[in-house]
Amino acid sequence: MGVPMSVPKTSAQNITSISPAIRAGFEDWTPALVKQEIDALKDKPGAMLPILHAIQDRFGYIPEATVPIIAEAMRQTRAEVHGIISFYHHFRTHPVGAHVIHICRAEACQSMGSRQLESHIKSRLGADYHQTSRDNEFTVEPVYCLGNCACAPSIRIGDDIHGRMSPDKFDRLADRLTTSTLELK
Amino acid sequence: MSVKLFVPCDTTALSLGADRIAAALQREADSRGATVEIVRNGSRGLFWLEPLVEVETAAGRLAYGPVELEDVAALADSGLFEGAQSHPLALGLTEEIPYLSRQQRLTFSRIGITDPLSLADYRAHSGFAGLEKALKLSPQAIVDEVKASGLRGRGGAAFPTGIKWQTVLAEPEGRKYIVCNADEGDSGTFADRLVMECDPYMLIEGMTIAGLAVGASQGYVYLRSEYPVAHRMFKEALKRAYEAGYLGADVAGSGRRFDLEVRLAAGAYICGEETSLLDSLEGKRGMVRPKPPLPAIEGLFGRPTVVNNVLSLAAVPFILDQGGAAYADYGMGRSRGTLALQMAGNIKRGGLIELAFGITLRELMEDFGGGTFTGRPLRAVQVGGPLGAYLPESQWDSPMDYEAFAAFGGVVGHGGVVMFDDTVDMGEQARFAMEFCAVESCGKCTPCRIGSVRGVEVIDRIRAGDNREANLELLTELCETMVDGSLCAMGGMAPFPVQSVMKHFPEDLQA
Ligand SMILES: Cc1cc2nc3c(=O)[nH]c(=O)nc-3n(C[C@H](O)[C@H](O)[C@H](O)COP(=O)(O)O)c2cc1C
Ligand code: SF4
Ligand code: FES
Repeated sequence: MGVPMSVPKTSAQNITSISPAIRAGFEDWTPALVKQEIDALKDKPGAMLPILHAIQDRFGYIPEATVPIIAEAMRQTRAEVHGIISFYHHFRTHPVGAHVIHICRAEACQSMGSRQLESHIKSRLGADYHQTSRDNEFTVEPVYCLGNCACAPSIRIGDDIHGRMSPDKFDRLADRLTTSTLELK
Repeated sequence: MSVKLFVPCDTTALSLGADRIAAALQREADSRGATVEIVRNGSRGLFWLEPLVEVETAAGRLAYGPVELEDVAALADSGLFEGAQSHPLALGLTEEIPYLSRQQRLTFSRIGITDPLSLADYRAHSGFAGLEKALKLSPQAIVDEVKASGLRGRGGAAFPTGIKWQTVLAEPEGRKYIVCNADEGDSGTFADRLVMECDPYMLIEGMTIAGLAVGASQGYVYLRSEYPVAHRMFKEALKRAYEAGYLGADVAGSGRRFDLEVRLAAGAYICGEETSLLDSLEGKRGMVRPKPPLPAIEGLFGRPTVVNNVLSLAAVPFILDQGGAAYADYGMGRSRGTLALQMAGNIKRGGLIELAFGITLRELMEDFGGGTFTGRPLRAVQVGGPLGAYLPESQWDSPMDYEAFAAFGGVVGHGGVVMFDDTVDMGEQARFAMEFCAVESCGKCTPCRIGSVRGVEVIDRIRAGDNREANLELLTELCETMVDGSLCAMGGMAPFPVQSVMKHFPEDLQA
C-alpha cells in the first residue's frame, strides 16, 4: 500500500530549516513535544488515529523520525505504524508549505469545471499533487469531496473551504495569502 | 429596539464569505446607529441563495440572498434593517420560498432556524422531547417504536434500523457501542454535514436514545477529516451537552450513563464501509472485515455495536417524539419516511430537499433545481455517489424509492444527486470511476485492487481507439469479475457507473 516513505515527493525537502513563521502556525518538532502529544492520548481506546492527527496538526506532517517513538509508545512495530500512516491519504510524511491547498477532484466539482481549475492551480503554483511550490508558500493535495457540492467547484486552504472557485478567484486568493504571509515575517 | 439578523455559519455559507458579510452588516448597522443582534444560524440548505441573510420582523423572518460583500451597503440603504423588500435580493418571507415551503422537513425541521449551539433554541423547538419519552420506555419499547417507523438505514444499504437495534439488544448485557458513521464520502452529499453543523444536538439525542435502546453507554462519531467546520461545531456541542447534563453519568437526571466522543477519520473513502470504519476506530488500517460476524454481534473492539449513518440516528428523536407511525405515514412501498436529497453539481438551485420517498428525479432536477447552472441541456445525472450509475434521460421519471431504483440498476444510496450538462465527456467519467476505485481500494481482494487499475488502462485504450471492440469486450468482462468477485460494495459497485456509460452513452467511448 501507498508510496515508499523515503521517496522525495516535494520540490522543497528541507523546509524544516525555514523559519516557523512561514509555516503558518506549525511548530518545529522535537522528540519531547511528540511524546507530549502521545502521552496525552495514548490511554484512549483506539488511540492511534487521534495521535497521528495530533502530531500532524501540530507539526504540519508526521516526520519519519517520529515513527519509532510512536511505535514504542503504542507497543507496535515500526512497520505497523508505517502501514497505518501510509493507508490514510490525509497523513503525510513530508513537510508542507505555509498553506496546504486541497483541490476537490470528485464528481460534483468535475461537473462544474474542476479539471480546468485543477490544472490552472497546478501550473500557477508550479506544483503537482503532494508537491510544494518553489517559494514554499503552497502545498497541493487532492481531496475527494468537501461536502460543498452545491456550490462547486471547491477547494480547501487550511481549514477554510472556498466555494464557486474559478481560476481568477484563485489567483486573487493566492495573491492575498502570499502577501499576508510576508507581513507575518 | 434591537433588530435580530441571521447570517448562516455552515460550511457552504462560509465558503461564500458569510463571515465577511456578518462583519459588514455590523459595520453598516453601527454607522447608521442601528442596534442589531447578529445570530449565526445554521443554513436552511437553500445553497444557491447563500449567504442568505434574514431579518426578524413581526410578520416572520424575511430573506435576502445571495448576498455578496458589495451588496451590503446598498441593502442597508434600501432598509434591510427594517425588513424593507425593495432591494432586488429581497426574497420575502423565508418560509414562503417555494423550494422550502414545498418540502416535508421532519429531520431537518430546525436547520437554519436556530443557533446550532444554543441549547435553549434546541429545547424551544422540540429538542430532547424524544429523549424524554425514551427515558420512560423499556429498551424493547424503544426498539419497537423504531421498527414501527419503517426507518431504513440512510447510509446506503437501506437495512431496517429497528432490526439492527434488536440484534444488539438481544446480545447479553455488557460493553456495547453506538457508532455513528459520519464519513459521508459520496460526492454530491452534505446532509450529514448539515446535521452536525446546523443541528448537532439532534444527533447527540438520537445516539443517546440508541444507547438507551440497546444498552450501550459509549458512543463514537466517526467524522471525515474533510469537514473541519462540522468537527469544530460538533466538539463544541458535545462540550455544552456535557455541561448541561445531557451526556455523561446522569443523562438528563435519569441516572443512566451515555458518553460520546467524536473521532476524526483520515481521508479514506473505504472507511465509510462499516467494518473498515470499525478497524479504523480501533486504530488500524481500515481493512474491510468479512461478514459474518455482523458488527451488531462482534463490532467495535469485538463487542456488539450499532453502526448507523448520521441521518438514520438523526431521524430517531422525531420517531420517539411523534411516534413511529407518524414517520411511517410518509413514503411509498417499503421506503418509509422522508429522504434527504442533496442536489449538487451543475445545477441552478442546489441544496437540501427533504421529502417523502416517491418524487421523481425530473421533478427534483427541473422543478426544484431549475435545470443546469450553465443553462445548457442536462445530459446525465449520477445518483448515490461515486458507485452509482449515470442515469440518462429515459430514467429520470422513476420515483425515488429503494426498490424502484434497484429495478433498473440505479442506486439511491445516501441521496446525492449530481447533475452534468451536455459538455460532459462520459468516457472521462467512466475512467474516473475506475481511477477512484484504484485510489480508494483497501487492497484486500484482487478483483477490486487490480481490476480497477486494469479498468483505467482498458478505458484509456478504448478512448484512444486502440482495438476498440476487443477492449470493450474486455471491459465488460472485467466489470463482471469485479461485481461478482469483490468482498464489499466498493469493488462490487465501482463498475456500475462504467457499465451505465457503456450502455447509455456508448458514443462517448470512441476515439
Ligand atoms: C465503500 C463504502 C462506503 C460507504 N460509505 C459510507 C458513508 O460514508 N457513510 C455511511 O453512513 N455509510 C457508508 N457506507 C455504508 C456502511 O457500510 C453501512 O451500511 C452504514 O453505515 C450503516 O448505517 P445505516 O444502516 O444507518 O445506513 C459505505 C459502504 C461502502 C461499501
Ligand atoms: S472490494 Fe475493494 S475495498 Fe472492498 S474489501 Fe475488496 S479490496 Fe477492499
Ligand atoms: S464533490 Fe467537490 S465538494 Fe463535493
